Amino acid sequence: MRELDRIRWRCRRGLLELDLLLSGFLERRFDRLDAAERQAFTELLDQPDNDLLDLVLGRCEPAPRYRAVVEMLRAG
Amino acid sequence: MALPVRTFDAVIVGGGGSGMRAALELARADLKVAVLSKVFPTRSHTVAAQGGVAASLGNIDEDNWHWHMYDTIKGSDYLGDQDAIEFMCRKANEVVYELEHFGMPFDRLAGGKIYQRPFGGHMREYGKSPVPRACAAADRTGHALLHTLYQANLKARTQFFVEWMALDLIRAQDGTVLGVTALEMETGEVMVLQAKATVFATGGAGRIFAASTNAFINTGDGLGMAARAGIPLQDLEFWQFHPTGVAGAGVLITEGVRGEGGYLLNKNGERFMERYAPNAKDLASRDVVSRAMATEIKEGRGAGKDGDCILLKLDHLGEEVISKRLPGIREIAKTFANVDPVKDPIPVVPTCHYQMGGIPTNYRGQVVVPANGNPETVVPGFYAAGECACVSVHGANRLGCNSLLDLLVFGKSAGETVIRDLRSEGKSHRSLPGDASDLALSRLARLDGQKSGERVADVGADMRRVMQLHCGVFRFPDLLTEGVRKIKEVAERAGRTEITDKSRTFNTARVEALELDNLVETAVASLVSADARKESRGSHDRADFHQRDDVNWMKHTLWYKQGSRLEYKPVHRKPLTVEPFEPKARVY
Ligand SMILES: Cc1cc2nc3c(=O)[nH]c(=O)nc-3n(C[C@H](O)[C@H](O)[C@H](O)COP(=O)(O)OP(=O)(O)OC[C@H]3O[C@@H](n4cnc5c(N)ncnc54)[C@H](O)[C@@H]3O)c2cc1C
Repeated sequence: MRELDRIRWRCRRGLLELDLLLSGFLERRFDRLDAAERQAFTELLDQPDNDLLDLVLGRCEPAPRYRAVVEMLRAG
Repeated sequence: MALPVRTFDAVIVGGGGSGMRAALELARADLKVAVLSKVFPTRSHTVAAQGGVAASLGNIDEDNWHWHMYDTIKGSDYLGDQDAIEFMCRKANEVVYELEHFGMPFDRLAGGKIYQRPFGGHMREYGKSPVPRACAAADRTGHALLHTLYQANLKARTQFFVEWMALDLIRAQDGTVLGVTALEMETGEVMVLQAKATVFATGGAGRIFAASTNAFINTGDGLGMAARAGIPLQDLEFWQFHPTGVAGAGVLITEGVRGEGGYLLNKNGERFMERYAPNAKDLASRDVVSRAMATEIKEGRGAGKDGDCILLKLDHLGEEVISKRLPGIREIAKTFANVDPVKDPIPVVPTCHYQMGGIPTNYRGQVVVPANGNPETVVPGFYAAGECACVSVHGANRLGCNSLLDLLVFGKSAGETVIRDLRSEGKSHRSLPGDASDLALSRLARLDGQKSGERVADVGADMRRVMQLHCGVFRFPDLLTEGVRKIKEVAERAGRTEITDKSRTFNTARVEALELDNLVETAVASLVSADARKESRGSHDRADFHQRDDVNWMKHTLWYKQGSRLEYKPVHRKPLTVEPFEPKARVY
């Protein structure tokens, strides 16, 4: 699936922490996301690295529509 | 096969701090500039830099470039080129103020001047006492730097080619560099980007080690491309390690943990640093701690199921101290080490952090190689800056915050040199040789046609294991020699990798196979260079030759892919305008 291929590459980041978290999530969890969650995940990937890491490590709270996916990312 | 060709004045490979600084110089001179990047530019690895950029602004305490120069030369353990170091330290204030004018949100003092924080190794009066020299933007200096330069480049009309991967250099018969071949990931198409000037700014290759703080994109592509095109790689035995990266993940655990009273244990629960550094114990300098850890592991006292890590204990500090004084550590440990440090120790190992060596350049940013009796003959049309280049300002060990400075000073300098060279050499492009794209296309064809080959991930894992075990932070002669044999075997296997997914668009498997080609060149260069250097200097620390040997080894290594051959060239011991700094024992 082309969309997944694109997303896989966009999980390559400037911060090692995100490389580890996002690639793991992609392998373990992405398959089971519904369309809205996939959309939310894709949008999250457009965030700057530091903001995204702060979200995933719980240093700040996401906007409501990202909450579900961020919770999954936090759970690992 | 003839590929589509696009033509520019300058092609810059790399959209990190150094690439974007070079691009800005060129675009503002109205040249037609292309910047290629594997990832969106502001996601380059520069984003990871937190500490800051060094410049002797003297905003808090008296400071000047002579003292900065001394610290840098001493840090380099006298392998740094003193002309380049003078150039960098003298230019530091200028490039930092320029960045401020481009809009960089530096932390400020009440009066509006740039705030400066203290950082290890930054000293006044030639090593007498610490001086605040690091300019930062909160803990997001690299992030702010990338955003500032990206915006400035958009304004100056730099053309970005995002999610493009350069594959190989194009050189004319006489060696002149004429551009690169590159893969557009979205379409899978390969194209020729022809240029009067080609600038490499591809960052480091920290992913050659199993334990690395570097992001996955740091695969040393510029080094691989240069090596395949016959350009030697300089001083790659010198890698900076951080003592405490999370085992298996690489994520950094700040030194502050030991500062607050955390300490290291081996598998027997012994606080071994008491043996190696009876006074400073766990607070001894980075290299002493890393060396002790490596020795414990080598002698069979490592912890973990494979006996390959050390335990960092901090539960005795109590939950309150841990969350108050070490914010973030608990989340990092839980997320990346799967332990709660309030209860259990964090498994850590010395972790590769920064590449001091790279593509040999002078302080003008030109790539230089030995030819016709001159060890530093300019390769026409070819420039490099940033972590992929070896100027050499970091010598055998980098001073903290000097890397971001290196990106700014030598990114700009490379840009200025390109402008000058293009003005003096007329405006037309040279015609491309008939075999311009052969190298890249044959690598792609080999990969697509490979039958019963090995998985990229397996070969990559073996490379990282060999580097970690045989060429790590503390080096043992038997392991080095065996390592050379093993890494050459790995390099051969890298030539027989197979990918099952042959699709064209966003084929990450193909990209990773091509990246592995670059990683193995860097890995072989590092191990062969390290095995040959029979002394300890800066980050290159040998168990059998434990002293620096200025008589025989104050020289730069050059590794050639062709025959895995080594040559050496002299260190520049003469600065541009001041008296040379003579070598002294490096004690802190
Ligand atoms: C955790 C961490 C913290 C650090 N903190 C500091 C600090 O506080 N101060 C300091 O001075 N230094 C610090 N450093 C070091 C410093 O961040 C790096 O050395 C520096 O950012 C490297 O910048 P660069 O421009 O050379 O390369 P990078 O920022 O790595 O950029 C490389 C670019 O090249 C592109 N690229 C690579 N290969 C290809 C290819 N084949 N085709 C197309 N594009 C390609 C990439 O997409 C990217 O855009 C730190 C390093 C780490 C790991």
